[in-house]
Parts: sequence; C-alpha cells; structure tokens
Amino acid sequence: MDVSSVRSMPRRRWSESIIRAPTFVYMIVMILIPLLVILQDGFREGLGSFWHQISLPIARHAILLTLWTSAIMTIINALMGLMTAYVFVRYEFPGKRVLNAIVDLPLAIPTLVTGVMLVMLYGPQEALGNFLMEKIGLQVIFAAPGIVISLLFISFPFVVRSIQPVLEELDLTQEYAAATLGAKPWRIFRKIVLPALIMPTISGSLLSFSRAIGEFGAVVIVAGNIPLKTQTAAVYVLGAVESENRLGASAISILLIAFSLFVLMLANIMQKRWGAHR
Amino acid sequence: MKNGKKCVGGWILIGVVLVYMGLLIVAPISALVSGAFQNGLDAVWQSLSSSALLQSLYLSLRISLLVVLVQALFGSMVAWVIARHEFRGKSILNGLIDIPFAISPVVVGYMLLLLFGRNGVLNPVVEWLDLQVAFAVPGMFLATLFVCLPFMIREMVPVIKNLDLQQEFAAATLGASAWTIFLRVIFPQLKSALIYGMTLTLARALGEFGAVLVIGGGVQGRTETTTLYIFRALEERQYTEAYTAAILLGSFSVLIVYVADWLKRTQQKRKAINALNVGI
Repeated sequence: MDVSSVRSMPRRRWSESIIRAPTFVYMIVMILIPLLVILQDGFREGLGSFWHQISLPIARHAILLTLWTSAIMTIINALMGLMTAYVFVRYEFPGKRVLNAIVDLPLAIPTLVTGVMLVMLYGPQEALGNFLMEKIGLQVIFAAPGIVISLLFISFPFVVRSIQPVLEELDLTQEYAAATLGAKPWRIFRKIVLPALIMPTISGSLLSFSRAIGEFGAVVIVAGNIPLKTQTAAVYVLGAVESENRLGASAISILLIAFSLFVLMLANIMQKRWGAHR
Repeated sequence: MKNGKKCVGGWILIGVVLVYMGLLIVAPISALVSGAFQNGLDAVWQSLSSSALLQSLYLSLRISLLVVLVQALFGSMVAWVIARHEFRGKSILNGLIDIPFAISPVVVGYMLLLLFGRNGVLNPVVEWLDLQVAFAVPGMFLATLFVCLPFMIREMVPVIKNLDLQQEFAAATLGASAWTIFLRVIFPQLKSALIYGMTLTLARALGEFGAVLVIGGGVQGRTETTTLYIFRALEERQYTEAYTAAILLGSFSVLIVYVADWLKRTQQKRKAINALNVGI
C-alpha cells in the first residue's frame, strides 16, 4: 500500500480529533504541567537563589557524588555490557538461554528490593561484606562502592540490550574475509566489529547514565542518608522536602531533570542515527 | 565465531561474563532468599500473615490495577495518535513520553506535592472538590501513573505502525463501520501488545517506591504500599518481615514479566507459523 492511496482515502476528521484531543489533554496534564510548576518554583526567587541552593556544601556534595558514581557505573557498564553482548551473540555454551533471561531480571525487580538484596550480600554482618571489610578494608554498604554496585545492577540490561541487535545484524563475511587474509582475532574485533558497536554502546551507556542519576530506591537502602558522605542528589531532595526546604528541593530537582533529560536526548538521537531498527 | 570452535580467549571471555553476572545479579538474589529463611519457615510464615503486610499488598494492587486500566485506555490512545496521525508538534509529544524515564521518582512525588500540597497550585481546586490528593491514595495513584506512563505507549506504537492498512480498507470497502473495523480488525491484532504493555506497567507500578513515599508519606494502614512497608520494616529492624515482603514483591514482579514475555514469544511463533502456512 503506497502513500498516495492512503491520502486518497476519505478522512474522518471528527473521529481524528475525538482521539487526538484527549491525548493532548492527558499528556499536558500528566507531564507538562508538573514540569512547568517545578521550573516556576525553582526559579521563583531568581537565578541567584537557585545558584545559592545548588552551591550549598551539602547539596553540591550530593550532586557531585551522584555524578561521579553514575559516571564510574557507566564506564564499567559499557565495558561489561559490550563483553556480555558479544558472548551472547557469538558463542554457544551450556546455560546460555538461562543467562540471557537473567539479563532482564534487573528490569523486573523493584529497585527497593534490589537495595535490600545488596544489603543482605554486602552488609557488615553478612559473610561477604565482613570478608571484604576485614581482608581488603573495602566498605560497600553505607559507602560509595555500594552506590556504584546498585547502579550497576539496575542498569545492566541497558547496554547489553542496545548492543545485541546490532551485533546480530552484523555481516560476518567481512570478518571471514579478514580471517582468511590472516588477521588475528583481536585485530578483527578491533578493526571490524568494534567500530560497528561503538555507537550502540555509547547510546546504551548514556541511557543507563540518565537512569542512574535519578535512582532512589536501591541507593537509599544501600548508601543510607548521610549528608556530605553518602547522600545522593535524589536522597537530598527527599530530605529537603521533609524539612520543608522548598527552594532547595526545587532547585536540585530541576538540576537533576535537566541533566538526565539532556543525556536521554543525546541517547535518543544516537539510537535513531545508529541503532539497529531504523 | 558461530561455528562452535573456540579459542582460549573465547573461553576466558565467557568465564569473565559468567563470573560478572553471577556476582552482580545472581549472588544478591540468593543472598535475599537465604537471608529470609535464616530464622526458619515459621518466621517467614508469621511475617507473611501480618495484617500490615496484607493491607499494604491490597493497597499496592488497587493502585497498580487502576494505573494499568487507565494506561490501557489513555496509553493506547496516545500510541494511536503517535503512530497514525500527522500534525505539527508531533515530535514534541513524542519527546514528552520519555520524560518519566528521565525523572527521579522522588522528584515525581515532589512535583505532585507542589501541585496538590498545602500551598499547591491546584490546592484550591482540590479543596473545592473536597478531595484529598497529597498524603492520600489519589496522589499515590497519580505518582504511579506518571512513572509508568511510557511503558504502554512504547510497547504499542511499533505494533500500531506495523498494522496492515489493507485489511482496514477492505473492511471499509465492504461497508463496515469505524467501530466494527476497530473491534473486528484492529483490536485483535493489538491484543497481545496490549496485554504485554499492561503487564510491564503492572510490574513497574507494584515496585514504585520513591514517588509514593514522597506524595503518600507512608502512613501505616492508610498510605502504605508494599514497598513502603518494606522500607518501614527495615527502619524498625524487623528484618525477617522486610526480607519476606521483598522476596514476595520481587518474585511476583519477575513472574509476571516473564510470563508476559513467554506469551509474547509464543504469539510471535504462532504468527510466523501462520505466515508460513499461508505462503505454502
């Protein structure tokens, strides 16, 4: 069916607007109005006090902690996601199907439950947590490593699932040709496979970064709520709301929204340009 | 390569991935399961039958099912408009849909407080209507709805785009009314995507925590969902209660997502087989 014949079909104008009007109202009421309200609230006393709120030591520490833990998570996630996707697409081994299903588990498990699970594994009273603390001196729970681990858990599927379809569609003949010409596996991977996977890896990583900045459920359990130590930006907002520090809550919220929207937009643009499904 | 031959490097790669996934995902899950049963089955059973947990489960289910229903209707409508209609500003609408993915749940709850709280913008309207939204169930419903908004739409848009227009034209040519076309031609093709989207929405809604904490306040017996119950149990150091509820919630969410996934795959297989048969 080509486009011209669709155009020539008599249009039911009224039925189009019957469905379009409630859609607009729904989206505006649900998403646009709340966003505008928080913007207005954060800037109601001018840019100066907005800036003042985000540069308070506790707020600044929370924002920086959120950003650097998310950044570390993103780097590890990009590397391990790339490896995992490669192994899933290119190798056959027993238990692969089960493992492939496990990749999606973090999407199905509520993040609060994730936090509880990590405390049970790495908590100071637990075997592994105690071992890490005594032998290596590494504190996971109520510390930054715990934040990174919980972010890794919740965003594991993003990179894997964004690389997998691209890798599956990749033309194998190029690699065979290179192998026939005597190229070593690592060289083939670096020169042929990796260039095709760079963009999906980056877009998946950006997606996980934007998701991680706002993460709350897992982090509040694992990291606790210690200002200037383990308090992330989302947890800071909760504290500000509870202590009726409205300007602070709005300012940090706006900053969080701006960060993750920006990163999400970047990820979407890249996915559209270089993703598997066009 | 796919031909089954593996060099040492391949085995090392597989090993690294296995260990990573084992440590990152499998180990925490088994820690939770073993931790909950630490104090024996009786303790688990006792915490399962606590009235606070049952109340919170009931509230979670009520809110989530309502969210699923509203999303099934409005989410499908939004998806339809995005897939089928052309108008100016469509890309803006398309961009709005992903926003809930990018906003922290805490911020979602806080935005609703700004709207419906004591000094909220919409507070006069709410008071005039004699409703309570903030620190009450309606607010928690709205928060959950916001957080779950993209799932249904993102699931439906590609399916609607892939609908075969010829069938609709054929039905229209044969004199079927718009309503009949929708009911007999379009809806059957959307059914499985609809069910899948509803399941994802349900799983996400049941697990929502940050947004309902901020807007609902987590008052036991009134605004306490299952996630808030777990949070409170942890703070009160009732660990067995917290772990048991966490396992219950986690396994239920995982179960419904995997059942939906399985349904979707069998549906696709059946479609593929049907297509083959038609071809023959």
